[in-house]
Amino acid sequence: MDKIGVLVTHKPLPYLEQELTRRGCRLFRLWESPESRRLEFCRENSSEIRAIVGNSNFGADAATIDALPKLEIVASFSVGLDKVDLPKCKERGIRVTNTPDVLTDDVADLAIGLTISVMRRIPSADKYARSGAWKKGEYTLTTRFSGKRVGILGLGRIGLAIAKRAEAFDCPISYYSRSEKPHPNYTYYSTPIDLASNCDILVVACALTEETRHIVNRAVIDALGPKGVLINIGRGPHVDEPELVAALVEGRLGGAGLDVFDNEPHVPEELFALDNVVLVPHVASATIETRTAMADLVLGNLEAHFLKKPLLTAVV
Amino acid sequence: MATTTCTTNTPKIEEKPKVLVLQRINAYFEGVLSPHFDLIKADESSLPIPAFLSTHCRHIRALLVMAPIGTFGSSLLDQLPSLGLIACTSAGVNHIDVDACRKRSVAVTNAGEMFTPDAADHTVGLLVDVLRRVVMADRYVRNGSWMLIGDYPLGSKVSGKRVGIVGLGSIGSHVAKRLTAFGCPISYFSRAPKPNYPSYTYFPNVLDLARESDVLILSCALTDETRNIINRDVMIALGKDGVIINVGRGALIDEPELVRCLKEGVIGGAGLDVFVNEPEVPEELTHMENVVLSDHRAVTTPESFKNVLELAIANLDAFFSGKPVLSPVSC
Repeated sequence: MDKIGVLVTHKPLPYLEQELTRRGCRLFRLWESPESRRLEFCRENSSEIRAIVGNSNFGADAATIDALPKLEIVASFSVGLDKVDLPKCKERGIRVTNTPDVLTDDVADLAIGLTISVMRRIPSADKYARSGAWKKGEYTLTTRFSGKRVGILGLGRIGLAIAKRAEAFDCPISYYSRSEKPHPNYTYYSTPIDLASNCDILVVACALTEETRHIVNRAVIDALGPKGVLINIGRGPHVDEPELVAALVEGRLGGAGLDVFDNEPHVPEELFALDNVVLVPHVASATIETRTAMADLVLGNLEAHFLKKPLLTAVV
Repeated sequence: MATTTCTTNTPKIEEKPKVLVLQRINAYFEGVLSPHFDLIKADESSLPIPAFLSTHCRHIRALLVMAPIGTFGSSLLDQLPSLGLIACTSAGVNHIDVDACRKRSVAVTNAGEMFTPDAADHTVGLLVDVLRRVVMADRYVRNGSWMLIGDYPLGSKVSGKRVGIVGLGSIGSHVAKRLTAFGCPISYFSRAPKPNYPSYTYFPNVLDLARESDVLILSCALTDETRNIINRDVMIALGKDGVIINVGRGALIDEPELVRCLKEGVIGGAGLDVFVNEPEVPEELTHMENVVLSDHRAVTTPESFKNVLELAIANLDAFFSGKPVLSPVSC
């Protein structure tokens, strides 16, 4: 990939940066420019930029694509492509790749981990155990996870991996999807509200599209109820965030484990005082093992494109 | 308040069998048990315990022990000549001198498997939270660091880690089932291999188990053999990325050595629900970021307590009817 100009939108994994450089790419570090100057930065370097490495926060929107007439490929360091203008890429003949499968396990692991952490209040247990306030014989009651009904929005790769894990905890599995899937052991519901009305833990595991924006709205939150728990390892905009915050603060929703937010890294501060909420900074794929595998997919897709070989994980 | 699903008829007040309670009983437990039994509460008497026992308890046949605190052995048994059953609502019974009971034909029952699902769940929760740094990441978000500093440092993948279970009993096997769904290969150390679990690899000692594991789960009873079973050699064998999860008893681990090994990077992290001298937690642990600590809450859920009480009632009912008890402790 000698002398190929690559726009990197976010601060990359050191391994990825090293490899891109080692293979001869010229890197253009978009995140180093202030937001207001970014389009300008693209235009200034547009004669060289032939590839974008984006991520879940900044992919390739219409304005960026328009500023880069030589753009040939967007290799996203993520599986979600909600930040890439896919129709525009199709129209311009720009290839788009993502990082499916390699992060499925990590995301599913975290979904279950967040669920247990919320229901058993592990972060506040940790705080309490460190505080010196723990008195002999005192114990705190928290709610059992095993056997609770788990409802999954979206039964794709990640949804299925979550279901497989939850089954080992004897949790009955139900799901909502655009159409019913061939999984006789899992109960299908044709609307998110029906799903929420019939489960104890609702997990968001679908792609973010125009149809799924605010798929978890006030009505769904109300259906989940004061004992229900919401786990979001999808995208912030899947959930009506102000409604979620109000429901948690007012006790209309039992708890939440959140990896994603409307406007990362902003997290609604009203949530900070709640101990029935676990908040993590978009870490569902954030392990050394998985990020390295994601980087290898990005590198493999870029190499394949510039060597005119079949792409590894093309979406467009 | 939970209602029980016990099928025996609730006896009239004069007919209710007497059950001695030496520890303070909480309102929830009392509410569930008192319809079935005449609870003789020693801590409500002005008499000191020995006097209370000799005055009121010569005919007492059953003793209910709730918290696994104190010692219940020969000197107590000598003061309860009619005793035939000690019904415990805990899983562990190392506070009961089971040998002394056996010699006097006093049956001992415990919580059976009633705490098992919660203990297994908490174990998995602690493991994910240690490897994926969930607790520290949650703190990072709440103190504004995500905004100010940026992305949180990477964690370590849970799926596929080699899990070594010390004690493949009820809790250990439930943990194994859960972590198998995470793609973790399971090995174990136990007093003898378990033919029911052919897909798990047996190791004849903890050192070999530690050498071939990324994670050690402690889910065995505390006995003379298992005290300090996790020592420095085992931790060196587990290695610098290794993680220990303890939901058994604090004394399974050489606690000062554990603190040293964590400080020195001999092992990578730990998830601990139990400690040698609760509620004391070694001060150095409270400053470490590669540990997750909890206040012995692995099993404290309403679901567990309801099930445990139902089992205790069933054990007591069986005993008073002359039938075999349901969850005898095996010696």
